[in-house]
Amino acid sequence: MLQNADCFESDAVIIDLEDAVHVNEKDNARNLVHYYLESLTDVPMEIVIRINAPDTPYYEDDLKAVVSDKIDAVMLPKAGPRSCFLIDQVLTIIENEKKMQKKIGIVPIIETTMGVMQMEEIAKMPRVSGILLGAEDLSVDMEVERTKTGTEIWYPRAKLAYTCKAYKIDAIDTPFTDTTDYAGLKEDALKAKALGLNAKAAIHPNQIDIINQVFSPSEKQIIWAKRVLKATEEAQAKNLGVFSLDGKMVDKPIIDRAQKIIKMAQKYHLE
Amino acid sequence: MQNYDPKLLPASFVPFTASSAFKEKQRVLIPEKAKSQTVVFLSSIKALFDTLKITDGMTLSFHHHLRNGDYVFNMVMEEIKKRNLKNMHLAPSAIFPNNQVLSELIENGNVTDITTNYLNGPVAETIGKGLMKGLLIMDTHGGRARAIESGDLKIDVAILSAPAVDLKGNGNGIEGPSACGSLGYAISDLKYAKKVVLVTDSIIDSLKRVDLPCEYVDYVVKLDKIGDPKGIVSGTTKITKDPIGLKIARNTAKLLDELDFIKDGMSMQTGAGGTSLAVAQYVKEKMQDKHIKGSFASGGITGYIVDMLNEGLFEKLYDVQCFDLQAVESIKNNPAHLPMSASVYANPYDPEVIVDKLDFVILGATEIDTNFNVNVTTDSKGLIIGGSGGHSDTAYGAKVTIITSALLKSRLSIVKDKVTTVTTPGEDVDILVTERGIAVNPKRTNLLEKLAGSKLPLVPIEKLLETSQRIAGTPKRIELKDKVIGLVRYRDGSIIDLLYQYK
Repeated sequence: MLQNADCFESDAVIIDLEDAVHVNEKDNARNLVHYYLESLTDVPMEIVIRINAPDTPYYEDDLKAVVSDKIDAVMLPKAGPRSCFLIDQVLTIIENEKKMQKKIGIVPIIETTMGVMQMEEIAKMPRVSGILLGAEDLSVDMEVERTKTGTEIWYPRAKLAYTCKAYKIDAIDTPFTDTTDYAGLKEDALKAKALGLNAKAAIHPNQIDIINQVFSPSEKQIIWAKRVLKATEEAQAKNLGVFSLDGKMVDKPIIDRAQKIIKMAQKYHLE
Repeated sequence: MQNYDPKLLPASFVPFTASSAFKEKQRVLIPEKAKSQTVVFLSSIKALFDTLKITDGMTLSFHHHLRNGDYVFNMVMEEIKKRNLKNMHLAPSAIFPNNQVLSELIENGNVTDITTNYLNGPVAETIGKGLMKGLLIMDTHGGRARAIESGDLKIDVAILSAPAVDLKGNGNGIEGPSACGSLGYAISDLKYAKKVVLVTDSIIDSLKRVDLPCEYVDYVVKLDKIGDPKGIVSGTTKITKDPIGLKIARNTAKLLDELDFIKDGMSMQTGAGGTSLAVAQYVKEKMQDKHIKGSFASGGITGYIVDMLNEGLFEKLYDVQCFDLQAVESIKNNPAHLPMSASVYANPYDPEVIVDKLDFVILGATEIDTNFNVNVTTDSKGLIIGGSGGHSDTAYGAKVTIITSALLKSRLSIVKDKVTTVTTPGEDVDILVTERGIAVNPKRTNLLEKLAGSKLPLVPIEKLLETSQRIAGTPKRIELKDKVIGLVRYRDGSIIDLLYQYK
């Protein structure tokens, strides 16, 4: 699995040291990841390591083994402001000890009801570069049934979207756990996108293509954005502050949106 | 292109020069066998041997349409063993793991020479150990048809499984309990063998269609059972779920689209492997999106390709062998699903040859070198694990030949400086699609021009080699003994490479 982790078109790959690793295999997993990271060169995506939570005896060893300039962030399970603060402190020590060039980010997982309530405090933390919704554990904590329709996570999804947008960090949707239901995955991703989330975690490489399709700008959006930006240039040449395109007024928010679409299209080589 | 020391080539053979060299020669045709006036019906393989006086040194041929479910080949081997016949030359179109009994006959000197198109399992191991007295000659599917019609491969007795035979001695592959569909590989044997025997487990009054006309048939042997049709299912006939295979397939379909091959009238061939079927699936989606109708798909046919025909995505299927039972049902009932002989499929000299009409073919590789030469005959240890089949034929004929493969298989790179065995020459291989990039043969400047500005991950093949070596290291080059145990015969009859005894 690790050998091919860089073959897929995801923006980041999450290497799990938590639930996917049996307690008896924690040392082996750390060593494997350590040597894998050492061998990496020119990886086209971000590397995120899901460490064990700070209320376990494993997280410090996890961080010592894997934190280096080869990774971009650590993912923190069952996160709250206190655990984020603790990890920030440990990361600072390790970064100094290892004389690292990079400042490692934190991607907290919101998977408790308290985490949902403390979302804004978490988002404010300086290292936090994005927040992932962990709907499976959250539904257990909330004592609600986890369904494919996702009605039970409407609120935390919406809150995540608004919070992350406000603090200009990534709002990452919970994974869709049925790895063979591609139509269900697409519907689920579209719901998240409609609420304003800008990313989604995959639990199988075969989910990546559909997630990318949903979260990437469509051809129609790209054409629209290009027309807006061209019309903007023409309007600026004529010193017009506000102008219209196809009978609709174009002002700063519309221009900003067009610029974001083109930026994203360039990122995904769609433009 | 020379992958071997020409001094090691036995005197009666010529070395390969170029894939188009056949054009400089005329088609050679021996007379077809004398038409038989009567067909004699027999009731056992023993009676057949007695009646035909099958003796030491004869050449017996077989087809492999019942694949791993075939009983006939093994029954004939048992009879050779019982009679302790010596120095037999066998010419089956393929040998499968269920033909293990042949290993003992090779070791005992009952069988000393084999000519076939595909070989894996215990028999391949026996030959690889150098235990066969004579030579293994590995043809292509089209090359075997050429060898038979030209007399390069002279057959004394063709023993052909026929799932259904009528009272006149006509045969077909679509009826009876052992129906296997197309009998494409049997047609040259039928026409040019000195004697032709159909072996069946089903004699019926009249056939729905005649594939093996009685005028060529001398004997019919009726047995209780000639095979298990479930065994005809090829190695993998399911779309892969492996994310690497799917990524390769997705990029291959995108590549075909960018090269403008997904268009009305298109023709294609894909294998029966999981990744090839995934390519077919993605191509199908693109055809549906663009409302494309292709002219034909060809080769060994699977249920997935049958579905494409039934959904109106192709006008016809040309089928040389059925890979699964859905294909068998289709060729029986759908007039647009046509059987074709190996000669019409791939014989370089056949005026109707289908491979030359292909727009693109999707093929596999066990190794490919930086000159795009492909090996599908031996593995990384030099063990025989397959053979060309239609690989070299379709690679020559199709406008574009695409190899799809994971760059690393079992931690070994498929890209090499030099392949262990050349099956298909690099001059006929255009593109390699892997999970870590797509390499276009630099000689195909027309393709590179078309792909200029493409967002597909195009890389030089040398870069793929370097990447694979960085990940998996550089494997030690395998060493084989100097003893030549076999010849890889290109479709025109020249020898493209040699096979050596394992160490």
